[in-house]
Amino acid sequence: MNRLSREASVRRMLEGAPPPVPPGLHADATRRGARMLRRRTLARRAMWLLLLAATVAFVVWAVTARPWVEPPSETTPPLTGW
Amino acid sequence: MHPRRTSDDTARTREFEAYVAGAGGRLLHTATLLTAEARNDNPRARHLVTLALAHTYACWDRLHGEDPYDHTRQDLAARYARGAWHRHGGLLRSRSRPTGPLAALTPQERLVLVIRLYEGVDGDRTAALLGLPVERVRTIFNRAMATVLSPARRPAPAVSGVKAVPS
Repeated sequence: MNRLSREASVRRMLEGAPPPVPPGLHADATRRGARMLRRRTLARRAMWLLLLAATVAFVVWAVTARPWVEPPSETTPPLTGW
Repeated sequence: MHPRRTSDDTARTREFEAYVAGAGGRLLHTATLLTAEARNDNPRARHLVTLALAHTYACWDRLHGEDPYDHTRQDLAARYARGAWHRHGGLLRSRSRPTGPLAALTPQERLVLVIRLYEGVDGDRTAALLGLPVERVRTIFNRAMATVLSPARRPAPAVSGVKAVPS
């Protein structure tokens, strides 16, 4: 038996009577798919919110702490008594 | 904005319903071959198909002309491969005895055989779909063909025949 006829016989074996499609398949898939979409939208929204909050927090910290301003020197002793 | 969204939703629902009506039977047949369940008692296959279709529904607007059937099939294969890994050899195995023409194969052999022969996907695309090297897919396919066509798988029906006689 050559390769093609072997494959053809296995293919015939696979193509038996198809199983009956349950009537609620479409409704079930739609329901689950809509839930997936809703969850995805919520997750995206939460991610954007988190990003926004992080940005706001960073800006507030930067404005109050001013890390770019050179801090006052603390190594030189104060000049007193001359 | 709200009316536009609802019209999009109904269009998607209608398209998706037509798609499920057209492809549902074939997908369910594929899944039943994969899970090696009887054609009238295939809860695992139904579950797999429902989840794969739900995933396609969720991605419907982002398909951009891609064939939804390819998308569902890819998801079905990936889900089956993930699930079979947990189930293989576990306690659940005894609960559902594999039946059907592919009962003698391992889950991976079944997956490759069904995708190559029943779905008619060629070797290279099967390898890409399953994320395996081409040689590996060829090896698994040849082994599966040898197992399916060998007469050694005859004992399985013989056992059920013996059991049926006393009852």
